Amino acid sequence: MLLTVDHVTRYTYDAPVRGVVQSHRLTPSQFDGQTVLDWQVSVTDGQPGGRFRDGAGDWVQGYSVSGPVSEIVVTVSGRVETRDLAGVLRGHKESIPPEVYLRDTAPTAPDVSLRELATRGAGQGDALATAHALSAAVADAIAYRPGVTHAHTTAAEALALGEGVCQDHAHAMISVARLNGLPARYVSGYLFAAADGTPHEAAHAWTEVFVAGLGWIGFDPANRCCPDERYIRLGSGHDARDAAPIRGIARGPGAEALDVAVAVLAADQ
Amino acid sequence: MTTYFNEMFENGAVRAPYRRLEDWTRAMPAELRQMKQAEAEALFRRIGITFAVYGEGGDPDRLIPFDMFPRVFSNAEWTRLERGIKQRARALNAFLADVYGRGEIVRAGRIPSRLVYQNEAYEKAVTGFLPPKGVYSHIVGIDLVRTGPDEFFVLEDNCRTPSGVSYMLENREIMMRMFPDLFRENRILPVDGYSGRLRHTLASVAPAKCDHDPTVVILTPGHFNSAYYEHSFLADLMGVELVEGQDLFVEGEFVFMRTTEGPKRVDVIYRRIDDAFIDPLCFRPDSMLGVPGLMDVYRSGGVSICSAPGAGVADDKAVYTYVPEMVRFYLGEEPILQNVPTWQCGKSDDLKYVLDHLAELVVKEVHGSGGYGMLVGPKSTAEQVEAFRARIVADPGNYIAQPTLALSTTPTFVNEGIAPRHVDLRPYCLVGETIELVPGGLTRVALTEGSLVVNSSQGGGVKDTWVLAE
Amino acid sequence: MLSRTADNLFWIARYMERAETAARLLEVGSRISLIPSVHGYRSEWDSLLQATGTAEGFARKYGEAVQRNIESYLFFDHDNPSSVAACIVRARENGRIVRTALTTQVWDALNTAFQELRQLERMPRSELDLSRLTEWTMRHAAMVRGAIDATLLRNDGFNFLNLGYYLERGDSTARLMDVKYYVLLPRVDFVGSGLDNYQWATLLRAMSAHRAFHWAYGGEVTAGKIADFLILNPQCPRSLITCVAGMNNHLGRLAKAYRRTTEAQDRAAALQAALESVTVDQIFDEGLHEFLSRFIREAADLGRTIHECYLSGDVR
Repeated sequence: MLLTVDHVTRYTYDAPVRGVVQSHRLTPSQFDGQTVLDWQVSVTDGQPGGRFRDGAGDWVQGYSVSGPVSEIVVTVSGRVETRDLAGVLRGHKESIPPEVYLRDTAPTAPDVSLRELATRGAGQGDALATAHALSAAVADAIAYRPGVTHAHTTAAEALALGEGVCQDHAHAMISVARLNGLPARYVSGYLFAAADGTPHEAAHAWTEVFVAGLGWIGFDPANRCCPDERYIRLGSGHDARDAAPIRGIARGPGAEALDVAVAVLAADQ
Repeated sequence: MTTYFNEMFENGAVRAPYRRLEDWTRAMPAELRQMKQAEAEALFRRIGITFAVYGEGGDPDRLIPFDMFPRVFSNAEWTRLERGIKQRARALNAFLADVYGRGEIVRAGRIPSRLVYQNEAYEKAVTGFLPPKGVYSHIVGIDLVRTGPDEFFVLEDNCRTPSGVSYMLENREIMMRMFPDLFRENRILPVDGYSGRLRHTLASVAPAKCDHDPTVVILTPGHFNSAYYEHSFLADLMGVELVEGQDLFVEGEFVFMRTTEGPKRVDVIYRRIDDAFIDPLCFRPDSMLGVPGLMDVYRSGGVSICSAPGAGVADDKAVYTYVPEMVRFYLGEEPILQNVPTWQCGKSDDLKYVLDHLAELVVKEVHGSGGYGMLVGPKSTAEQVEAFRARIVADPGNYIAQPTLALSTTPTFVNEGIAPRHVDLRPYCLVGETIELVPGGLTRVALTEGSLVVNSSQGGGVKDTWVLAE
Repeated sequence: MLSRTADNLFWIARYMERAETAARLLEVGSRISLIPSVHGYRSEWDSLLQATGTAEGFARKYGEAVQRNIESYLFFDHDNPSSVAACIVRARENGRIVRTALTTQVWDALNTAFQELRQLERMPRSELDLSRLTEWTMRHAAMVRGAIDATLLRNDGFNFLNLGYYLERGDSTARLMDVKYYVLLPRVDFVGSGLDNYQWATLLRAMSAHRAFHWAYGGEVTAGKIADFLILNPQCPRSLITCVAGMNNHLGRLAKAYRRTTEAQDRAAALQAALESVTVDQIFDEGLHEFLSRFIREAADLGRTIHECYLSGDVR
């Protein structure tokens, strides 16, 4: 599938800030499931910083903006050719051992309810079946509903609410997979929502679980599926913050307002 | 009753390295000693070497007690120690390069992967990155204790930012000022080359993108930190800037410091802040001590950070058990320095042994430091032992246990005159282009009679440490 | 040098000078309260507090303006950021932070002041009379200043210290004069009265400039002579023109060392040119209070400019 992406993030400050530093994971991953045809990232008045591929295989690019500045616009656009690999992250180069992703972070720390939910993965025979069962369990336990959770909601809190968005599904899935001894991580990327319309955001997040023998496999409890040709993978981490496509800090007293617009379209071949 | 090795007297005779000190102590009446002691204290206070103790009220400018009786090593003793320390520092760095690279030692089954990759100190942000010269830990502080003429044990390794080196230097300075004759009579190897070698070590690991004489800085958490004096002392001796996170900023591919003349590029950062605070974009987002974007610059070769983020995975108390294995695995040598036998409470057999013998053992938290959160079985009451038992049972993986070592003693000035007190030793090994060790270290002394806890936060003092030229 | 280090040095000087100002204010207040005035004794203290902008903080904590409370407030009180104690503690803390930019002697002087302050604070107040406290402050301020002059390298740090001293001192002189002229003197028909002259003499004494004034001018103390002495006379160590010239000198040295001039040099030069061209008569035509207020404002602007051009860390 040929997908085009237009992603604009606008930061505005109510008082000019003295400078901004950002770290981007905004370049599509290199693996058998996707081929980048063209891709541009730009930052208004931004000076590119260090660029490198990290241990998780993600392209990281730093940016800095010298102030005073009241608005910064990060624009991402490009075309990616995708293939359905049934969620398997085949041909992806990385050097961090999967075991590192058994460690909990605050948003994925288990509580009693998550431990209870994690037992739904028991007795499935193999790790792959366990992961599928867990993904279904998370989808059942947390209904999709935007606006009830926020950026800092933990998996435990979302589960208690019984509602949330893709970030909450992913955190919960990570938590229960780890409880079953499976390394799991948060993946950020884009999703093409077809006209028939699953109602999800084009900026999307899902989970990857490590299954010995197969490698990392994607699970998207929010859509009750594994990532296919509608998905574009950007980068991964322990949790949403760790995998954020844009991390940034402004220096100065101005309060920040954020406006994000993402469009993912299927291009005519 | 345990007998302790006394470093000065053995079988009623004075051991060779201390021979000349016997006359010195004989020639020092109590009044002179008290006068000298007061003089030393006044000097320390004037210089400003004080130590803030965490979590205690009282004088924020407390002095660490200084004992004037030096601790002495013969040249032969030191030569062996030096080889052992350098060997260990090399192995620890090889381990770090390995576990952030291919992980051969884990694949070979020589250390459990859990201890490495699930370790809190393991930093995936640096996996796959080889720092300049392949060095992760540039200043390795190795805590040693002695139990006999030739028996030295490593208590723990400090691969992140070992502190205390300012005391090694100041103790010598003050001893030379107060007792110049002693230094004429004894041929004592100097330690004052340390700062020059430290600077050289730091400059030798300048990043790939640095094409000029590297600018080195020390990054401190700030003047409220208990080791602030040491940070400013080292900066002064090396002639480099002492910066806080707010003094640095990232622009483009590099890090700069804010000066009165505008931005000045920084090439090597000797950081004295913890990993978690280095860069709020990469680690703790609430850190005000770090520099946003620093890790991106580091990983793309624009700046060097000493020690490397993630170096702590080598000095964890559970990983410690495997350091002799590292020496064999990476260097193909037998370890010169021994480890103290250690039980990992995370292993069920070990846990059982530890709980059965709690009153005889020393138990430590895996990530603890400074003598906090530890139990010295033989020196504790039954209630203390039981209280600690509950803590171990609640979280066994967080504890290790060791036998109570018969720490050596050296003569120490006390109110009643001179008496033996237990000591340890922390030498500071520098690893860069070359690997170096100045002949000396910080000797810490437990000033309370019978005490085995030498930490300054727990009533310990310090001594000048001599290595004789012959 | 690091901008933060320069800022710390600048503030060491300002705090030491500010401590001295607090002590001088105490001295003025106590002397003026020794003679009866039209308001009775107490109101002079009120006026002083009002003039220094600390009346509200004082009233909240102590209520009545009696001498003992004023002494506590202006000397010992750490809640009053301008008290002697608060200034010395902060000067010494700033010194500790930039310890490596100071000589042992300067650090010693700062640290000794701090240690002795701690002792004073432990002493019974009955043993501490006001003159002892003010003399103590002057002595330590002089020791720090002397150690700086005698031992410090003449580098940029030395210039930032001196900029702090001159800026704070100029501000202090202007404020003390304004207190006298605008606040202490009850009505305009007292100008030239015995009370007026007594107050002026007290002011001079508080500035340690009593004898110097008589050497320079002789005869009667008049408002005109005082204004000339404290504003326009370059021989007076605390005059506005001396302070502005000092700032110009040290800004000039910075410009030379850094091979570039900034807005700070321009502003300081303008301030000096204005003082050099004005006469006492013109000052009184404008109104002394108006003139001093303007100077205080312009000096503060210069301080801000120095901050932006050198100390803020945003220098490009």
